[in-house]
Amino acid sequence: MSKPQGAAQLGATMDSRLHSIPATEAGLEGAGYIPSRSIATAVYLAHHLQKPILVEGPAGVGKTELAKAISAWLSLPLIRMQCYEGLDESKALYEWKYGKQLLYTQILKDKMGAKLGEESTLEAAVEKLHGVGDLFFSDHFLEPRPLLRALREPGGAVLLVDEVDKADQEFEAFLLEILSEYQVSIPEIGTVKAVVPPFVLLTSNSMRDLGDALKRRCLHLHIGLPDAKLEGRIVASRVPGVAEGLRRQLVHFVQGLRGLDLKKLPSVSETLDWARVLVLLHARELEPDMVRDTLNVLLKFEADIEAATPRVVELIQAARRDAGFG
Amino acid sequence: MDGPLIEFFRAARSAGLRVSPAESIDAVRAVQVVGWEDRGALHDTLALVMAKTVEEKRQFDECFELFFRRQGFRGEAPAPGEDGDAPDAGSPAAGEGEGAGGGGSELGRMLLEGDQAGLAAAMEAAAQEAGIRNIAVFTQVNLFARRILERMGLNALDREIRALAGTPQGDRLARAREMLREQARDLVQQNLLLFAKGETDRWRERMLAESRLTSIDRRDHERMRILVRAMARRLAVQYGRNRKRDRRGQLDIRRTLRRNMAWDAIPFLTIWKQEVIDKPKLVVLCDVSGSVAALAQFLLMFLYALKEALSGLRAFAFAGELIEVSEILEHQPIEKAITEIMAKVGFGSSNYGNSLADFSNGFLSILDRQSTVIILGDGRGNRTDPRVPILQDIANRSKGVIWLNPEPRTLWGTGDSDMLRYAPHCRVTAVCATLAQLERIITDLLKDAR
Repeated sequence: MSKPQGAAQLGATMDSRLHSIPATEAGLEGAGYIPSRSIATAVYLAHHLQKPILVEGPAGVGKTELAKAISAWLSLPLIRMQCYEGLDESKALYEWKYGKQLLYTQILKDKMGAKLGEESTLEAAVEKLHGVGDLFFSDHFLEPRPLLRALREPGGAVLLVDEVDKADQEFEAFLLEILSEYQVSIPEIGTVKAVVPPFVLLTSNSMRDLGDALKRRCLHLHIGLPDAKLEGRIVASRVPGVAEGLRRQLVHFVQGLRGLDLKKLPSVSETLDWARVLVLLHARELEPDMVRDTLNVLLKFEADIEAATPRVVELIQAARRDAGFG
Repeated sequence: MDGPLIEFFRAARSAGLRVSPAESIDAVRAVQVVGWEDRGALHDTLALVMAKTVEEKRQFDECFELFFRRQGFRGEAPAPGEDGDAPDAGSPAAGEGEGAGGGGSELGRMLLEGDQAGLAAAMEAAAQEAGIRNIAVFTQVNLFARRILERMGLNALDREIRALAGTPQGDRLARAREMLREQARDLVQQNLLLFAKGETDRWRERMLAESRLTSIDRRDHERMRILVRAMARRLAVQYGRNRKRDRRGQLDIRRTLRRNMAWDAIPFLTIWKQEVIDKPKLVVLCDVSGSVAALAQFLLMFLYALKEALSGLRAFAFAGELIEVSEILEHQPIEKAITEIMAKVGFGSSNYGNSLADFSNGFLSILDRQSTVIILGDGRGNRTDPRVPILQDIANRSKGVIWLNPEPRTLWGTGDSDMLRYAPHCRVTAVCATLAQLERIITDLLKDAR
């Protein structure tokens, strides 16, 4: 893999930070993100193979958070692009600053007149105009949007294409060139190639199946709901105020809750919110009344809360038992 | 170094993963970066590159387990203590036995010494020579096991055992030979699972899709259900989203002006009005009398799996008379629902005229310009009055009638079939006897939902 010389040193520091999978794991932990082994492997490989990562999984398991952690750890700017239906090139890649172009033509009108007046024939005038014309389609009048910004970032960047499944299929096709070559073509200027290939993450909530072509170009990382041990570590790192005993109990309680037949299972972000709530309430242990009152932090559907409320006591007992062993 | 990986790709493809050449190149590069040493890391690495959906991840895990397990040689260990761990796949251990013991054949010596690594390597090599990767069906297991053993020198071993018959060493060798036979069979079985199972499964599925739905065996129904759901899923993904198309010729003035603000609203870039392509609204009438019941089951299953690509679906079942079954189908799994429907109306002799009259008396008002009526039946009313004008009325009130008939066209109109009298009032009449035909018809329906 050849890198432009200017970026060579930077590449070297990235390499040294990402020299092994355990180092990657430790680095992400340092940035406040507790990765599972496969997440660390994905980040490590994404750097060494220079491939984007497509992250799939339920809402709230830390897909977006991963991108933030990488950017914090590697001290690269995070450039985020939220996808939605109807997103197109002019909003994702670049646009011309039409207003500025118009303004400049107005201002330069007199100058142009003076300049062109010297020419005797029409052909000569047109010839002269050609030289000026290119001026208006140059960098000065280019409004870079997230994708282009990520490519032109001199020190590299973390590009987060969020919820790519919400964008149209055409946009997905348009992403392909950027993802495989790290370059885009702008008709008026030419091809823009990344100085340092950005670290690209795409996230998807599986609203629809993504095209095979896109998947083929990415490492596919599926983040599921974590097990008790990992979730405990995540809570410990994110909500340091929680006492150890309570932390174990609440994690096991959430794990038990996920075993119920619910419309929307509580995910990591809900566990963290709940942990913060419990800290605010100065809880030392899980108490049935308090849990019932705060259940709406974990469960977001009325039907789910109704289904879970009668089971609260039972789940708390189970959680206390498990927490005792774990 | 990449030999085992390439074989793993083959195994993965056989397990149903779609590993493209580009992905296999990525996998090789990724493994070069990560290395072979750590099995967990290898697993994660390959999973990242090769499996691209949750379902594929599951298949991948299974395949990875099976492929990289390569059980160690458990052969009888005459020299206990040496529980010779199997060499990791991909690094076939070199036979390391130098001490010549036993004096017999190489195979006999390894068996007596319990040279696990040597045996594993020899068997792997023999299997390779015998072309084990080409195994296709389970009947070949014995054949391949035999070939492997022969290549490992079974004949010489046999002679040796005969010569040593009666001595303790001979007995040990004979026991070891049995062990060896089993090992070879296991190896072949494993390869069969790895390289051939997917192939036969796929072949079966193709056969099922092409065979007549009415004659499918009960024991294949489960597999059919999976197949139907997969087909429906595919269509739902494709047609489930709101689709729009440009109506060229009609300018969307508001959006055009907005788009061209930068040029003083001189319309350089035009934006056309778009129309939303409606999702089809279906009313399905299914004949569930004995002759067509199996087909009705699959049609209903298909349509209900497709719900998100439809804007409305009402289902009716009839034999002698007609009832609405949408409720039953919505609240119960399809298998149960079908039996319940059968108990209510099924197995009578069909009376099309009567059933159409039932529909027109009770439900004609649900039809409008957007709804398409699908009738599934053979059109054989047992010589009762077909009451064609009612169908004509239905056709006039709806977008059109699609009649699916499981009988081949040549049989239409023969005997008590009223098909040819109904046909002129249908927008489409089609033969629908296999799953493949069913899929084609429904795809057409979704595609040109105007």
